Amino acid sequence: MSALIKVEGLTRVFDVSKPWLNRVIERKPRALLTAVSDVSFEIEENSVYALVGESGSGKSTIGKIMVGLVPPSKGKVEVDGVDLATEKDNAKVEAVRAEIQMIFQDPYASLNPRWRVRNIIAEPVAAKGGDTKGLAEKLLEQVGLSAADASKYPHEFSGGQRQRICIARALASNPKIIVCDEPTSALDVSVQSQVLNLMTDLREELGLTYLFISHDLTVVQHMADKIGVLYLGRLVEEAPRDRLFSAPKHPYTQMLFDAAPRMDAFGREVEPPKGEIPDAINPPPGCAFHPRCPIAIDRCRTERPLMRPIGDTRVACHRAE
Amino acid sequence: MSTPVLSVRDLVVEIPTRHGILRPVDHVSYDIHAGEILGVVGESGAGKSMTGNAVIGLLDPPARITVGQILLSGEPVHALKGEKLRRLRGKRMAMIFQDPLTSLNPLLTVGEQLEETILEHMNVSQAEARRRAVAQLEEVGIPAAEARIGSYPHEFSGGMRQRVVIALALCAEPELVIADEPTTALDVSVQAQIIALLKRLCRERGVAVMLVTHDMGVIAEAADRVAVMYAGRLAELGPVREVLTRAHHPYTAGLMASTPLASQGRKRLVQIPGAMPRLGNLPQGCAFHPRCDRAQDVCRRDPGPTLDAYRGRAACWFPLNTEEKAAT
Repeated sequence: MSALIKVEGLTRVFDVSKPWLNRVIERKPRALLTAVSDVSFEIEENSVYALVGESGSGKSTIGKIMVGLVPPSKGKVEVDGVDLATEKDNAKVEAVRAEIQMIFQDPYASLNPRWRVRNIIAEPVAAKGGDTKGLAEKLLEQVGLSAADASKYPHEFSGGQRQRICIARALASNPKIIVCDEPTSALDVSVQSQVLNLMTDLREELGLTYLFISHDLTVVQHMADKIGVLYLGRLVEEAPRDRLFSAPKHPYTQMLFDAAPRMDAFGREVEPPKGEIPDAINPPPGCAFHPRCPIAIDRCRTERPLMRPIGDTRVACHRAE
Repeated sequence: MSTPVLSVRDLVVEIPTRHGILRPVDHVSYDIHAGEILGVVGESGAGKSMTGNAVIGLLDPPARITVGQILLSGEPVHALKGEKLRRLRGKRMAMIFQDPLTSLNPLLTVGEQLEETILEHMNVSQAEARRRAVAQLEEVGIPAAEARIGSYPHEFSGGMRQRVVIALALCAEPELVIADEPTTALDVSVQAQIIALLKRLCRERGVAVMLVTHDMGVIAEAADRVAVMYAGRLAELGPVREVLTRAHHPYTAGLMASTPLASQGRKRLVQIPGAMPRLGNLPQGCAFHPRCDRAQDVCRRDPGPTLDAYRGRAACWFPLNTEEKAAT
């Protein structure tokens, strides 16, 4: 299998400084927030690659860079061999862009309340002047709603149904890749399982590739083929699903697994993890995780660990073996 | 058996609307004893938050309690109003909300907010109130409490802010704490810290805790007993291990099976068809019957046995997993 998406040395820095005058008066330096820092990975065709991490780990920013909503500061994302940020040939960029679609977290905020469902779903095709006749109806049935729903407005649907509409819209332009940013976080458990099943079915039917962004380890474990763990904008570990869950190498991954609530852990008494995610504007030097790491040594405080392979796993930790 | 700290008896909350009367809480009964955590789970709209709000007297009109009783250590509190209710809230029962940023006053330092609550409810001097405020912040695990007591809420991180809210809830030493989705807005590692803190405070101080959440994992780890709600009614109530591993109500069983963890190794997740009905549009009989694969004629006709605090576990005509229990 070949890599459909190649992400190399991806970095995104946001300028969160105060306005110029305030900086001068208060003698404050520029504040730069590194949301994504030197992240590299590859996604194979027809696979599900999941990014997990806590809030502020940069997972959504990576998703946005991939669909072109945010340009990268450094590094590149290559889809089908085309680098979206630098490619000069507009026809190529357009072709690749149509292949990538996105599903957002909040189905209440991502559908225009004043548009009929038919227009919402057909928009990706209509925007390019394509033929949209009967398209919305066909897609609605494909995602488990009825064709008659096309003339309704979003407020007439429940959360799970709205997320189905979002999926239908994402499918409208026949994409190869769908970036799913926390697609089920806003849904109830019983509805979540319906949406996840739908996504699994569609992937098989249409040969889709998913970049699946989530903070929920159980959902990721169910959906993903390969998982990348992010911490403070850095990829700290990447491994195939079963390997990551059976043998997590990075101390942060281990901490995350231990902290996640488990349904079989009745009255579990464990020492909860220490500390919180540090400030991304002034990240700790060396390994970003060292202030919370139980096995940190002096080297971790000064030298940022590079990704290195251990078996099928890639891990950025000086002490992992 | 000692008197439970909280006793909810046959509680009904109704909201009159133009399209008829809605019942977000429909004949619900349960008890919480001192030092016990009762988990209340359900999907959004199941009435779990509404039950909590009814207990602490925070129902927004036109929602009101029409039937039933709420007893706090044996005293009826559901009919209290105005000054009497105010003396009770914050003193004998307290609430922790989901979003710590909106439940703190951004214009007052956390110290001022804590001291205000302590002075209001306890008969102590200003200096003593301050000393207690610092002690309280230390107890919930805020480092350098003495120095941070003058900070404003926005200067704290999300996890620390939720600790402040917990300190605020506990500072007048209440008997009952209602925690409404206290960890939903937090990250996994911080969530683990907050749950450990709640459990420790509950054990050490003997506070009764009503933990409202939609996360089964949180329930499994924190709660002693669990109440499962569906469409305003109590579907199942029992010890957490029993309910989660051997559910009697088909809805509980479906809920457990549809979590990705339980379906591990399967390619597709188990799913409950459909969605929870809206309150204005409840089916006749058992509210769950259109989604239930065990439903029979009686389920479509009759709403099923209501669940009393001491009798029965599941409000279902055809409960699951009961055979072995009958044998023993």
